[in-house]
Amino acid sequence: MSPEQIKDLRQLLYRLADDQLIIGHRNSEWTGLGPVLEEDIAFSSIAQDKVGHAHALYQLLNQELAEPEPDTIAFMRDEMDFFCCHFVEMPIGEYDFSLIRHWLFDLAEQIRFDAYAESQWLPLAKVARKIKGEIKYHVFHAETWVKTLAEGTEESKARMQSALNEVLPMAFGLFECKENNALLAEAGLITAESALQSQWESRVKACLTAWGLQWPSQVDASRYLGGRQGYHTSQLQPLLNEMTEVYRLDPSAEW
Amino acid sequence: MKLNSLDPRVNRMELSDENPYKDQVLHNMEHWETYEVFHQKKRGTQHLHCGIVHAPNADMALLFAKEQFARRGETSNLWVVKTEHVMAVDYGDADIFETTPEKVYRDPSGYKVMDRINEFKKKQNA
Repeated sequence: MSPEQIKDLRQLLYRLADDQLIIGHRNSEWTGLGPVLEEDIAFSSIAQDKVGHAHALYQLLNQELAEPEPDTIAFMRDEMDFFCCHFVEMPIGEYDFSLIRHWLFDLAEQIRFDAYAESQWLPLAKVARKIKGEIKYHVFHAETWVKTLAEGTEESKARMQSALNEVLPMAFGLFECKENNALLAEAGLITAESALQSQWESRVKACLTAWGLQWPSQVDASRYLGGRQGYHTSQLQPLLNEMTEVYRLDPSAEW
Repeated sequence: MKLNSLDPRVNRMELSDENPYKDQVLHNMEHWETYEVFHQKKRGTQHLHCGIVHAPNADMALLFAKEQFARRGETSNLWVVKTEHVMAVDYGDADIFETTPEKVYRDPSGYKVMDRINEFKKKQNA
């Protein structure tokens, strides 16, 4: 690989891993507060899986691209050195917000890693193949919930629609920074970001039609961009403070 | 008064310490139904009953069964069956089983056939 490609690959992995870590941490905030016991356990397990996906990607950075240890990357960086999108930083809100975010995020993740499973860069392809089954369950979980509520009562349907109107513009942050990945895509190392986005949009639209929900008439994603350059919402720093509090007491401690 | 909890997430919600649901009565059918869960470890072996989940429908019951009963160790398959679809013997009729422990002649340990089976196998292989 050329130095340019390595630089782009490093950036890409940071973005993907940071998305996983932050949404994993966010969704774990539901632990103990979920709507029913069974769902509390399921949603918490999914959040835990996301942190596991982040770990696998940080390990790639460490082993293949000479970045620091996963724990150091996860817990010792400053806010501006995180490259997650604003979408994953937002507070959990009410359960409708969290469910719609979970669905939009996981669908995008599934499309992305299904494509990466065929990557010419084998270490990435290996990780993608390993987490494929977990993501499939996550999407199954998300779709079952959103479909059940969209087809449920007037109230549940209205809440799904209004959460979707609020969350959808944020979700486009997932595909920010298309130009940085162009070189990698040309070399066959990854699938182009624009191709992933259009697949994701058509899957989302097909589901919405099937469940009787509407794609919002106005989707202004521009307010939610910048995360990939290290510009974050005011929500991220408090999350990092809480997440890193124990680790930073003694970074050399053995766990 | 605001609810004061050891959990910072609960404090962030700024809840009142008065229970907002204290006058609410749950009627029948406002609870989710239960589904019996059957777990299969290896393909081709039996599905064994392992517990119950609450769920509003069968799809959701499978979702929950996966995380309740297949979250660790090996799994090849899961079944869920609505509890109300299980036909069971009435415990009041348990006397139908009363004398079976005495029927030791039905216990397969009573048959001494391993020698003959091994002899048969040897012949088959020869």
